[in-house]
Amino acid sequence: MKVQEVVKLINGTVMTGNKNPEVTVDVAFASDLMSDVLTIKAENLLLLTGLVNIQAIRTAEMSDISCIVFARNKNVTEEMIRLAEENGITVIESPYSLFRISGILFIAGMAPVY
Amino acid sequence: MHFEYFIEGGNFAEAGSTSSQVKKTLKQLNVDGTVIKRTVVALYEAEVNIVAHAYSGKITVELDEEKIDIKIVDEGPGIPDIKRAMEIGYSTASPEVREMGFGAGMGLSNMKNNSDKLNITSTVGKGTEVEIINYFHL
Ligand SMILES: Nc1ncnc2c1ncn2[C@@H]1O[C@H](COP(=O)(O)OP(=O)(O)OP(=O)(O)O)[C@@H](O)[C@H]1O
Ligand SMILES: [Mg+2]
Repeated sequence: MKVQEVVKLINGTVMTGNKNPEVTVDVAFASDLMSDVLTIKAENLLLLTGLVNIQAIRTAEMSDISCIVFARNKNVTEEMIRLAEENGITVIESPYSLFRISGILFIAGMAPVY
Repeated sequence: MHFEYFIEGGNFAEAGSTSSQVKKTLKQLNVDGTVIKRTVVALYEAEVNIVAHAYSGKITVELDEEKIDIKIVDEGPGIPDIKRAMEIGYSTASPEVREMGFGAGMGLSNMKNNSDKLNITSTVGKGTEVEIINYFHL
C-alpha cells in the first residue's frame, strides 16, 4: 500500500518534508512498546503508535522503518521531525485512535505481523 | 577501525545517538543490510540499557574485514542474576523508563537474537560489560 493511500484512509497529515509518495508499506505493527517493535524483522513495516517521543523515531531508525503513524494528534516536536527527516522516515499524524487506524488499515488489506 | 563513545545514564534525549552513528558508518562501508539492522538493534538495546539502568558508560567499536566487535561497559548497579535478567518479561525499569516505551524486559533476549556472539558479565555495585560480535559474512 502506498504511504499516500494510508494518509488518505486515516485522515492523516504528513509532518515531514520528505513526502516520498512512492514509498510502500506492506505490513503494520501497532505498539507503544519500543522493545517489542525492535524484535520485528519484517521489511516495509508501518509503525502505528500512541507513544510520541524521540525514542519512537530512534526505534524506527534502527529497525529500518520508513513510516510512522502517531495516533490522536499528540504534538510531534520539531526535534522529532528533524531526526525523522534526517533518516528518511515519513511521520504521519492522525486524529483517529490507534484502534480505529488499525481497523481501517486492516480492512483495506494491510497485513499484520503476527 | 576503532571508535569510542560515551553514554550518560538517564539522558533519554540522547539515547540512540551512538547506535545512529555506528549505523551510518556501517552503511558507508557497504555492510549487508541485514547485518547492519541486527547490529544496530542489539547495540541500541544495550545503549538504552545504560541510559535506563546505569550511571554512565563507554562503547567501543572495533571493525575489521570480517566482523564488528562492540564492547559496552558501564558503571552502574550491575546485574545480580544475569540468567533471570535474560528472561523475557523480567524488568526492574522505573516508571520514567516505561513512559519512554521501554521496560518490557525484552531487550537482553532481543540482543541475543540479533548477535552472533553475546557475552555479558556483571559485578553488583560496580557495573556491567556487554560484548556483541557480528560477522559480515557467515
Ligand atoms: N546495563 C545494565 N545495568 C544494570 N542492570 C541492567 C543492565 N541491563 C539490564 N539490566 C537489568 O536486566 C533487566 C532486563 O533487561 P532488558 O534489557 O532485557 O529489559 P529492560 O531494559 O528492563 O526492558 P526493555 O529492554 O524491554 O525495554 C533490567 O530490567 C535490569 O534489571
Ligand atoms: Mg533493555
